[in-house]
Amino acid sequence: MLTCKQASELVSQSLDRSLTRGERWSLRFHLLICVACARFNRQLASIQAVIDKWLSDAAQNEDLQLPLQAKLRMSRALESEIAASRRRP
Amino acid sequence: MSNQTPHDWLNEHGDYLYRFALVRLRDTHLAEDAVQETLLAAIQSRSYEGKSAPRTWLTGILKHKIIDLIRKQSREKPSEDLSQTVADEGAVNEFFDESGHWADKPQAWAAPDDELEQKQFLVILQGCMDRLPKKLSRLFLMREILEDDNQAICKELDISPTNAWVMLYRARMGLRKCLELHWLET
Repeated sequence: MLTCKQASELVSQSLDRSLTRGERWSLRFHLLICVACARFNRQLASIQAVIDKWLSDAAQNEDLQLPLQAKLRMSRALESEIAASRRRP
Repeated sequence: MSNQTPHDWLNEHGDYLYRFALVRLRDTHLAEDAVQETLLAAIQSRSYEGKSAPRTWLTGILKHKIIDLIRKQSREKPSEDLSQTVADEGAVNEFFDESGHWADKPQAWAAPDDELEQKQFLVILQGCMDRLPKKLSRLFLMREILEDDNQAICKELDISPTNAWVMLYRARMGLRKCLELHWLET
């Protein structure tokens, strides 16, 4: 029998790796009989879903742009790197 | 597409790469560094063969640059060392009693359903993220980079996969508790 501490660790790890068959079964059983851990499981899943959406939305957020200063600096860095790479055989 | 110059990369994908880095590194200067190093590495590698879209190719390089930067940071600030973060087990143990039962059972909360609620939830979540040790929150935000190649990235960050799971667990425990306190209030 898993303790709630062990079950909560497996719930978290199930988001990062595939659990073994044995782990899956014992976790599934624990979640059937334990209201607190089942709730924990749902909450972690919804947190993860919100974060995944945030990460993908953030990359599409066109209001957020590379500052002009940084762009100019990079443009110069690219120039000198291109010049340097031309000199290399 | 393959005859794009590095300046085209900067103009067409610079903002995207910056946003991608910023949301994960949570630091504007680090994010700028990551983008610049990505473009420089792209020139040096000359390996772009037009097999994938330039943006996909550049994002792949950027992911490694983000990891490099995080690794460098952890060397510069040994006080924030990853292993130390893991060693500090007390923070997790306080959630359970000695027999492994919840000391403080998770309270029910309503999942955010409409768009407004999702926005509020995200604001609270970001606030909660800021309360985590920076290293923990970065690892957490790197999760989908980790997924790409778990082994290699752990090796780069000089942590074992087990350590990574422990840290992600700690981050989630802390976040969940923080959300419980602040989301329920609203």
